[in-house]
Amino acid sequence: MKKKIVFILIASFITSGLIAQEVDLFKTMDDDAKKAESKRTDFAIATFKTTRLINGHSVENVGRGVLDLKISHRFGTLNKGGYELFGLDNASMRMGLDYGVTDRFMIGIGRSTFEKQYDGFFKYKLLRQSSGFKNMPVTVSLVGSMMLKTLRDPDPTMKRNFSDKLFYTYQLLIGRKFSPGTSLQLMPTVVHYNLVPLAKNKNDILALGIGGRQKISKRVSLNAEYYYVLPSTKLEGTYNSLALGVDIETGGHVFQLHFTNSTGMTERTFISETTGSWGKGDIHFGFNISRVFTIGKRKA
Amino acid sequence: MKKVLSVLFSVALFAFSASAQKIYSTKSGSVSFFSKAPLEDITAKTSEVESKMAPSNGQLLFMLLIKGFHFKNQLMEEHFNENYMESTKFPKSDFKGVITNIKEINFEKDGSYPATVKGNLTIHGVTKEVQTTGTIDVKNGKVSAKCKFDIKTKEYGITGAYIGTKISETINITVDCQYE
Repeated sequence: MKKKIVFILIASFITSGLIAQEVDLFKTMDDDAKKAESKRTDFAIATFKTTRLINGHSVENVGRGVLDLKISHRFGTLNKGGYELFGLDNASMRMGLDYGVTDRFMIGIGRSTFEKQYDGFFKYKLLRQSSGFKNMPVTVSLVGSMMLKTLRDPDPTMKRNFSDKLFYTYQLLIGRKFSPGTSLQLMPTVVHYNLVPLAKNKNDILALGIGGRQKISKRVSLNAEYYYVLPSTKLEGTYNSLALGVDIETGGHVFQLHFTNSTGMTERTFISETTGSWGKGDIHFGFNISRVFTIGKRKA
Repeated sequence: MKKVLSVLFSVALFAFSASAQKIYSTKSGSVSFFSKAPLEDITAKTSEVESKMAPSNGQLLFMLLIKGFHFKNQLMEEHFNENYMESTKFPKSDFKGVITNIKEINFEKDGSYPATVKGNLTIHGVTKEVQTTGTIDVKNGKVSAKCKFDIKTKEYGITGAYIGTKISETINITVDCQYE
């Protein structure tokens, strides 16, 4: 019996000792945090400051329910000299409205003074760059746009169908944010012409764009964008589009100031129909102003 | 002899139940903040807060991911992460502290108990000692904690051109956790 009592005593001491061991949440916290960390996926945000790199699209979308009013100007060329105040006497303009249907799908419409053109587009984010539990090295977006040129034909005797005035562009945007300040993007592009200027021209123009940004402060970044058009599909008298610019962000506004050899601000007009040459000084000063309005409800 | 045995048993049992170290925890607590701004009040909420509370010693933990805060305005959310909180660099915020008057809280009995909390709050990579008061509610065995306090952005190294002008320097924080 004594043995039993001793046994119970020892057993109870051991069990109570084990259980009474002080809980220390602070100690277990770090282990728990590490465990949670391995399950966490971190999605890259703000690869670019706005939905446009300079002339063309970036992998950024406007969020769900956000309406983005965009007003863009491209002035005349710098080589016009002082008489035209280095191009400032002339301006080509595009007004546009973009809207985020979901956080990954946006649509937009616009009207350009250049060739009196209307345009509409959609952009869908297929993949999001992420690290951690789910790893994805790049963000990939698909852009489809349609342009309608309403400028009257110089030869009124020519019969034109409505479809002859339509142009389409398909782009795959592959972007990566390498560091908080540095992002790069590749843009394989097809521009489709229903009606080409000359019989020998191809209906599909192929191009590869490359662009990027480098932040120089929290609110300012330097941007560059270049489109290489496959020479065999290139229209005569056109040059590859190159644009260099700066983005300045102030709360709900983003100002983009830039120099480019393109006059148009829609994919067809700047990728396949840039007639200016940097070498000859056909450089346009231009700007895009973006102002966002939140109109739709987003779950907060 | 039998008596002695049963006493010993009950002592052992008592020791067991008394030291059964209950830990209250949740992974779906909520934290929201509010900042008065002339154009548009800035407010955001996260409902993915992890929290643990040990009634035995009063230890209290909170952990949240900065990117878990959601705003009505997506651009505001982006600026919050990108320009102010630098959430890629400082993804988490946490609080490690103790309820100093834990003895006054009876987790077995329904009621609303005032709690004084003291500990270290880490935001934007900066750790500061804070003290605040909140309430712990016990209802039908369910425990919840609520608390409101203010922080100054400057103290946590959160800077930006608009802080002090368009954005108030003082941010009101509300914590609401329902434990299991």
